[in-house]
Amino acid sequence: MNGIEQMYQENILDHYKNPRNKGIIKNPSVHHHENNPLCGDELDLYLVIDNHKVIDVKINGHGCAISQASASMLSEQIKGKALEDLKKLAKENILEMLGIPLSPVRLKCALLSLDTLKNSILIYEKYVNKK
Amino acid sequence: MPKTNFEIKNIRKDFPILSRKIRGKQLIYFDSAATSQKPKQVIEAMEDYYKNHNANIHRSIHTLGEEATEAYEKAHEKVADFINAGSYQNIVFTKNTTESLNLLAYSLTADLKKGDEIVISQMEHHSNLVPWQQLAKQRGLKLEFIKIDEEGKLDEESINESITKKTKIVSIMHVSNVLGTINDIKKIGNIAHENNALMVVDGAQSIPHMPVDVKKIDADFYAFSGHKMLGPTGIGVLYGKRELLENMQPFLYGGEMIREVKFEDTKFNDLPWKFEAGTMNIAEAVGLDAAIDYLKKIGMENIQKKDKELTNYTFEKLKEIKDVKIYGPKERGAVVSFNVDEIHAHDVSQILDSEGIAIRAGHHCCMPLMGVLKAHAAARASFYFYNTKDEIDKFANALGKVKKVFRV
Repeated sequence: MNGIEQMYQENILDHYKNPRNKGIIKNPSVHHHENNPLCGDELDLYLVIDNHKVIDVKINGHGCAISQASASMLSEQIKGKALEDLKKLAKENILEMLGIPLSPVRLKCALLSLDTLKNSILIYEKYVNKK
Repeated sequence: MPKTNFEIKNIRKDFPILSRKIRGKQLIYFDSAATSQKPKQVIEAMEDYYKNHNANIHRSIHTLGEEATEAYEKAHEKVADFINAGSYQNIVFTKNTTESLNLLAYSLTADLKKGDEIVISQMEHHSNLVPWQQLAKQRGLKLEFIKIDEEGKLDEESINESITKKTKIVSIMHVSNVLGTINDIKKIGNIAHENNALMVVDGAQSIPHMPVDVKKIDADFYAFSGHKMLGPTGIGVLYGKRELLENMQPFLYGGEMIREVKFEDTKFNDLPWKFEAGTMNIAEAVGLDAAIDYLKKIGMENIQKKDKELTNYTFEKLKEIKDVKIYGPKERGAVVSFNVDEIHAHDVSQILDSEGIAIRAGHHCCMPLMGVLKAHAAARASFYFYNTKDEIDKFANALGKVKKVFRV
């Protein structure tokens, strides 16, 4: 497999073409939208949170294969997780999850999902569920 | 006299970067609408300036200072001659087209009254949209948009409806960086002038590819960048009619743009220096001068003909490929924007890069236009006279690989 086929490998394309947890949640605990102005990738993330845990998640977006596959894969990982654990997620976790080589420019595409998740949690804790 | 037929092989030798390999493959550079590549004549002119003549201009009474000043002023004359501006005093150097348009947006709106209108179009680049939009907000002006039709041209009816007696400024791109549309700016300018409005032209995508005569067009202002016309980055141009420039307030204040400064007030310098505050990009002006020499040597008519050939060839090639959607009219400047099936432009660009082919992908600094086109992003191949049909064949073949990688 050469570099480009490695980047667009089967599981990436599968998540891109058949995104998991796609849709919207009508009354989420928090809904947040992020975009990558460089290329126009967009992502809406809906979370239902109970007792500091994510109990439901939906994603809705459009953009390049990397950004959308990353969102789909991440959505599978966050259900049932505690906010405290999700807040610890870092760039490295996303790269490991995707398992493909990425240039610095494409890294922004890959990390859109993580940024959206982190900002969703921030908004939730700041405005929705004030401590 | 410019040669009527130029040898492409010899021309390509002048551009060192064109022999570069990308991932083991010969570079195919189809992103000249973003920035053109530079011939060695431009690179060498700038190197010679720094090696032999570098000094600050207009203030140093020594040989180097005089040489630098002469070179810098000569560049203004070269640009003036290139677009038939009349005099070097009509030529203001800026950083780029964006800065030229910002200068206008700030200076021209200073005297407008609440409710006065500015007319631009739906296809404008952010650089000819955001400055007007923000100044309109600050100063209570109304911003009107000429609509585009199905084909991607400015809608005739919308032009006539948008420009009225309330209009004070009309600012339109000469050639669209996304659609390739060549706008009839002379005609729009006539309508603007009939309504006593000023005509501003964003020439970023036209000046590298066609002969431009600002007097013939009768534009009040014409803005463009050096880096899209073989010149270096960091040097842009604003052409303006003399009486208009004279009556305008400077945009940037500081050294060099003054005649006399007292604690309480300042007399500004003569044109064009009144608009060139601080130490300017001198080496870049020298580079732009060399770029114009190069363009003139080949001849703008020849360049226009060659670019048209390449663009038409690409248009026909892409039309043959199933699931490729092309944006904009057939009669166009040297850009072809497209999408392949449902594949995102970023992915298309990434896969082409693996074949050594450089194209642009994204919203092309035209987010509102992309909304009108109902496209989140588009891929864009853009050409210059140093490109070849052989490169276009390779590009068309590589698009087949895109579909293969995505298994569609």
